[in-house]
Amino acid sequence: MSIAAAFFYLFAGVCVASAFMVIAARNPVHSVLFLILAFVNAAGLLLLLGAEFLAMILVVVYVGAVAVLFLFVVMMLDVDFAELKQGVLQFLPVGALVGIVFLVELLLVVGAWTFGPGVPRSIEAAIPPLETMTNTEALGLVLYTRYIYFFQAAGLVLLIAMIGAIVLTLQHRRGVKRQDVARQNARTPETAIEIRKVQPGQGI
Amino acid sequence: MSELLADYFPLVVFIGVALAISLALMIAPFIVAYKNPDPEKLSAYECGFNAFDDARMKFDVRFYLVAILFIIFDLEVAFLFPWAITFGELGFFGFWSMMVFLAVLTIGFIYEWKKGALEWD
Repeated sequence: MSIAAAFFYLFAGVCVASAFMVIAARNPVHSVLFLILAFVNAAGLLLLLGAEFLAMILVVVYVGAVAVLFLFVVMMLDVDFAELKQGVLQFLPVGALVGIVFLVELLLVVGAWTFGPGVPRSIEAAIPPLETMTNTEALGLVLYTRYIYFFQAAGLVLLIAMIGAIVLTLQHRRGVKRQDVARQNARTPETAIEIRKVQPGQGI
Repeated sequence: MSELLADYFPLVVFIGVALAISLALMIAPFIVAYKNPDPEKLSAYECGFNAFDDARMKFDVRFYLVAILFIIFDLEVAFLFPWAITFGELGFFGFWSMMVFLAVLTIGFIYEWKKGALEWD
């Protein structure tokens, strides 16, 4: 058993344990923190596979951004924990039913699992040796040309996410005065002030 | 493969040291610190009056909007990294592939700018 295997068991064990804690922790904020721990360990597992780029992107995107977003949502929910716990028994049958369905599906998938004849060869071909090129380079060589449809689809998905988030959440308050720098800079003494002669004893 | 992992040995040392220091700082107060709790010390601190309600409250949904827009552009930049590294070998097709991708996201960016999603009233 090499050091890499030892690290695999460390990462995998912590990952599964923290994934369990995500659903077992009472406080949702603790759940999110355990989720972050699971993400970091998954990044470690990817690193052991040699997928450096994916590991780092997992840390940047999931730990840096998505987990923070989850924290936002958890804090925004304004949940009453005592009220939440009362519903557990009531929803247990439905939840258990969905869980059993998923379990059966997973067992069916794993039971029917066979490797296609070309798979080991294409896996070998997908990871060029490290001496010739880095992992990120290998990804870049195929992502933008050979898999261009998936790449452009990713761009469209991001566009939809952007527009969807704006449409759903954006609302402007009415009657708010905004600063317009261009208009401010365009003001000259001629347009801004008016000089009047006022006769003594008379108003304007 | 083992060469790749050997590159990450300093990271393991770093995480080990960070873990040791943070655990020491977390555990030391339990052993060293003088503890004499009473209800007033443990209650939420408000300046001169009793706390009105819980510290958890709903806050503005626009924080969420800003976070989501950040994630989207974060992902866009993530796609740029492999492209930049292999720029020399990709050629014409790879270059325009990325330009179309960026154009699609720029449409979204213009939309969000014109909508005023980047302004905070």
